[in-house]
Amino acid sequence: MKNKSRREFLKLVGVTGAGLLTGAATASGSEGLHVNNEEIGMLYDATKCVGCKACMAACKRVNGDYGSLSYEKAKFDPDGLWDAPTDLSGSTRTLIKLFKESESRWSYVKYSCMHCQKPSCVSVCPVSAMTKDKVSGVVDYNKNTCIGCRYCQVACAFNIPKFQWEKSIPQIVKCDLCKNTNLREKGISACAEVCPVGAIKFGKRKDLLQEAKTRLRENPDKYIAHVYGEHEAGGTNHLYLASMPFNKLGLPDIKPQAPAEFSEKIQHTIYKGFIAPVALYSTLCFIAVKNMKKHDKTDDHDKRKHDGEER
Amino acid sequence: MGHNDEYQKLEGKIFTKSFFILLFVVLVGFFFVGVRYVKGIGAVSNMSDGYPWGIWITYDVATGTAIACGGYAVAILVYIRNRMQYHPLIRSAILTSMFGYGLAGFSVMVDLGRPWNAYNFFIPSKWQANSAMFEVALCVMAYSTVLIIEFLPAILTTIETTKWERIHKIGEWLHPRIAPDAQNMANRLEWVKVGAAWLKPRLNKVLIFFIVLGITLPTMHQSSLGSLLLIASTKLHPLWHTGFLPLLFLINCVFIGYAIAILESIISCYSFKRPFEVEELAGLAGLIPWVTVIWLSVVVGDLVNRGQMGAALKLDFYSGFFLTEFLLVGIGSTILFSRKNRRSPRWLFVSAAMIVLGGALYRFNVYLIGFNPGKGWRYFPSFAEIMITVGIVALEILGYKVFVKIFPVLPNAAKHGGPNRHDGKTAPIAAGSMEFGK
Ligand code: SF4
Ligand code: SF4
Ligand code: SF4
Repeated sequence: MKNKSRREFLKLVGVTGAGLLTGAATASGSEGLHVNNEEIGMLYDATKCVGCKACMAACKRVNGDYGSLSYEKAKFDPDGLWDAPTDLSGSTRTLIKLFKESESRWSYVKYSCMHCQKPSCVSVCPVSAMTKDKVSGVVDYNKNTCIGCRYCQVACAFNIPKFQWEKSIPQIVKCDLCKNTNLREKGISACAEVCPVGAIKFGKRKDLLQEAKTRLRENPDKYIAHVYGEHEAGGTNHLYLASMPFNKLGLPDIKPQAPAEFSEKIQHTIYKGFIAPVALYSTLCFIAVKNMKKHDKTDDHDKRKHDGEER
Repeated sequence: MGHNDEYQKLEGKIFTKSFFILLFVVLVGFFFVGVRYVKGIGAVSNMSDGYPWGIWITYDVATGTAIACGGYAVAILVYIRNRMQYHPLIRSAILTSMFGYGLAGFSVMVDLGRPWNAYNFFIPSKWQANSAMFEVALCVMAYSTVLIIEFLPAILTTIETTKWERIHKIGEWLHPRIAPDAQNMANRLEWVKVGAAWLKPRLNKVLIFFIVLGITLPTMHQSSLGSLLLIASTKLHPLWHTGFLPLLFLINCVFIGYAIAILESIISCYSFKRPFEVEELAGLAGLIPWVTVIWLSVVVGDLVNRGQMGAALKLDFYSGFFLTEFLLVGIGSTILFSRKNRRSPRWLFVSAAMIVLGGALYRFNVYLIGFNPGKGWRYFPSFAEIMITVGIVALEILGYKVFVKIFPVLPNAAKHGGPNRHDGKTAPIAAGSMEFGK
């Protein structure tokens, strides 16, 4: 008897576990996602960038007018005259940093949302506040839907979405490729529009990729032979060229498989068509009702005996 | 389920000294909650863009709900494995779950940056089935409702039998005029009682379907709590990032659930001076090692499979936390393999505590300690953050202590104790002690 129930118990654990196990198994055998090269994006060439930060200023201007960004105060500037952010934040969507290895070897780098082909932030947002435009591929944020759970921050491998920690009515802040501002009005992102040296090229992913490869071919000694974003995290629409290893510039080494693909596959296997939960529920109901009946019978019996004694 | 004499109220004063101490802690916590709403989350917490989730999510939600899985684990035992002899434990387990989940929900509302938008969870066009968090949120909300329904019989019993003296007295104490005149009130209360008496048998008939729902929902969302971190493949340390996260979280909450049911019973028996429920606890304790063995083997098997055994034994920061978690669970359940230990309240307490700690540390490892967003980010909870969490835990204990005195929750010692329980060492239930306003 004892052994039997033990076996039953293990079986139960097995049943609940089996669905999850198959999930883990299929998830490892991913086929890779289909990359849409018609989407729009930007190509940032770090070797051309002169660090003037015109893109940062333009980004703040258009988005400030739009009402979604405030200016940042530099720590050394009590009067608040100088907007000098040191990192992306709840009021800065893009940032130019300088990486200096030695006096002769240095590089600028621009940070902003990578507009992933398969964005983790969209995959995890529980209320669809992060969305990816089907045609343009722009990853946009809607503060009127967002619940502020910050799961998008946890999920993004590039650490891009930022949260307004100091506000009582906070929101998530990240580049939206000027979707609602400059892109709508002028058909080009503000940062790309103002760049004086053409370090930011705006266009369709396929053209940008081609352009990047041409540059690599024509100047092999100038660049690291790699287009950052071509395959990282399943491919991004924001592409990079640079003369220094990308991880030194603060761009993380990321495998070609999109993290969202891995997690969604497991999640889908468990919840496919809601079959597993419904099956689990009905099986458990069946067992429990049967057990109740069995128990009630013996219990009634006990009770009668018990009542008899009392009387 | 219809065995209401299985349970009894705990007689005793509600407003004890510990009540006021707990109340004070709760108020401190709520003060900081107030600050958070006025000045923003950044003003009270050390969370950052690198560590967007702090102890509110890690402890209150991810760990707290596992600790609140006593109701879940005991329900599996009673209704699915058909071990009705554990039935007496279930109400207090459900009560703990109710508070645990309710307050996890509360701390989510503290943690969310834009809680006023939470209604989007109920708008189908906003649903995002890819999100593990969406699944967690819906299941947790549903489960909290189910827990309340599961607890209803205890409340209905009280309504049916109560004389409402206390409420009447409180009214009189506040102001004589507020208190309705006795006859009028008795009439009206009669209706409430009749209603309760009408509802109870009907509820009892369908209750089993809610109970089973109360087993299905935690199975779903506890595994999804593990799924939440699946996507953080670049941030979570490989010791913990695996496709088995959902399965590991599911098994983890089952053994935490049994261990916490043991702890809770021992602690409440000790502090309310009731006889220990050794029979039931020994049985529960016998189950734990079987569950933990599965968990430990999945952990090891998976590490070997992914070639991470080296990382586990490296004895650096991460491996240290991994080994601590692993050994706490391992040693805790080894103790329970011995039949003798399973009958000793002391060993039961020690091993159950180790298992709860180890199981909880696992969740901390996944959510915080093994989480590394990159260079330059650091997180350690701020004082205010900790106080909010402590306040919430205090509210849980407070609520539990009050509820067991108002509603029949604890096993009826006279019925289940049997003669061997009253061995003279434990005082019989303090009968006739003062109750507020009686
Ligand atoms: S970089 Fe991050 S925020 Fe931008 S689309 Fe990708 S996952 Fe989303
Ligand atoms: S913080 Fe907002 S945008 Fe980010 S995942 Fe949560 S609801 Fe979505
Ligand atoms: S595309 Fe627009 S929002 Fe994005 S960084 Fe450039 S200016 Fe800012």
